[in-house]
Amino acid sequence: MKENGLESAIKIGDLRKAFGEQRVLNGINLQVRQGETVAILGRSGGGKSVLLKLIIGLQSPDAGSIRVAGQEITKLEENELNEVRKKIGFLFQQAALYDSLTVEENVAFPLSRHAKVSSDERSKRVHELLADVGMDRDLQKMPAEISGGMQKRVGLARALALNPEILLFDEPTAGLDPITAAEIGELIVDLKRKRRMSAIVVTHDVHGARTYSDRMVLLHEGNIVAEGTFDELQSSQDEFVAQFFGYGSRS
Amino acid sequence: MIHVPLFVLAATVSGAMTGGRLRDQVPVARNFLVAVFEWFGDLGLFCGRLIRAALAPPYEFGELLRQCDAIGSKSLPLVALAGAATGVVLSLQTRYSLIRFGAKAFLPAVIVFSIIKESGPIITGLIVSGRVGAGIGAELGSMKVTEQIDAMEASAVDPFKFLVSTRVIACILMLPLLTVASNFCGICMGWVANTLAEPISLRLFIEDGFKSMNFSDFLPPTLKTAVFGLIIGIVSCFQGMRTTGGTEGVGRSANSSVVLSSLFVILADVVLVRLILTVWG
Repeated sequence: MKENGLESAIKIGDLRKAFGEQRVLNGINLQVRQGETVAILGRSGGGKSVLLKLIIGLQSPDAGSIRVAGQEITKLEENELNEVRKKIGFLFQQAALYDSLTVEENVAFPLSRHAKVSSDERSKRVHELLADVGMDRDLQKMPAEISGGMQKRVGLARALALNPEILLFDEPTAGLDPITAAEIGELIVDLKRKRRMSAIVVTHDVHGARTYSDRMVLLHEGNIVAEGTFDELQSSQDEFVAQFFGYGSRS
Repeated sequence: MIHVPLFVLAATVSGAMTGGRLRDQVPVARNFLVAVFEWFGDLGLFCGRLIRAALAPPYEFGELLRQCDAIGSKSLPLVALAGAATGVVLSLQTRYSLIRFGAKAFLPAVIVFSIIKESGPIITGLIVSGRVGAGIGAELGSMKVTEQIDAMEASAVDPFKFLVSTRVIACILMLPLLTVASNFCGICMGWVANTLAEPISLRLFIEDGFKSMNFSDFLPPTLKTAVFGLIIGIVSCFQGMRTTGGTEGVGRSANSSVVLSSLFVILADVVLVRLILTVWG
């Protein structure tokens, strides 16, 4: 698992996934080193979100290997997989907050199930997490009462509740206005600086990804077609990469 | 799944009307059978996972209590009203029939026996399958399409333990209690309706009603509603957890939860009544 002196947080080998006749991933190879943030870009329906769900074990691959935090998750039993999941935080595209629980209860949910702490300590931790994302004044609000950007912030606080080693972001800025999207981007940069976690960010937002990612990966028709920094990819001669980054950088 | 029989019926009728040949109907019937077997196969796998989740610690007592409140306490007014209405209607209808046969003295016993042995349990089962079945189907369906169930799994919390097993167990526990409440309201309102037509004291009504009833007349019909609860809980959770297709899918899940759980409650009632009669006579 060690490469260039750094241990891989996530290592994916020849990963394949199809839904019926539709092949979504055609043998993906990807490595995320510890403390590294990788942005996965690509067109809608290109298998980016499926890749994240495979990494956290919400879907099973047809073939290939997925090593997360040193463990091959494709071969784990449900309870062993849950132990690995505790090391991963996942921010869903629509935040996926539990709509019958308040903001505070949403963030407390993973803590109340997995962290052996008193209710006072749990409450303190929830307040800290919500303060980190600027949401400590809306504790008793229901998810339906707050905006999409606020929901993403609460979702991020919930994803951080168990102090994960790895964070997975599914379209963290999709559907948000440019100012809120930039704020979420800043939060990711801030997290990266403070916590040194490994992260994969699935996004369409090329410029946002430039600010918080160490490396970008371009996924097209189930294959990784390009990999590198923003500048490397922007100067690529490949027609699709040039088209994607040309359009993305203009937008 | 619910659309499959309707589709087969429509295809058969249209085939017959347009002179369609039997050969054309074969693929339709085959698809229907495949869908039915798939549904039952998936249900079997679902039940297997549910049993494993329900038996393994830790147990979600807090969520179970919350579900007992949502399924039990919040269904109580509707169940009590339905039970009361049944009591009144039984009293009004049976009274004239019994007078015609000169058996008016049996009225309290007929009301009590009808309610305790059949009307109370089946009406409670159907009312709960309507109210709770739709609620569970829509709630879990909505959680599925908005990725809340995925979020729960991603947080290393088994949704079968937290969402499904608590709802199924709450349905099993609450149905017999709701049935007792429904029976109570039915008998009380049966007496009220009876006494408005011809005054009779409550004590005499109860004495006459329960004179020839023993414990084995009460216990099996009341406990059979635990099976109704099991059916309602499993079918509506199953339909909710397999929801696809956004808000339209949520509507379909709520609808199919009610239809299928009501259908299976009625079928189970037939089987259980036969079984009870065989065992207890």
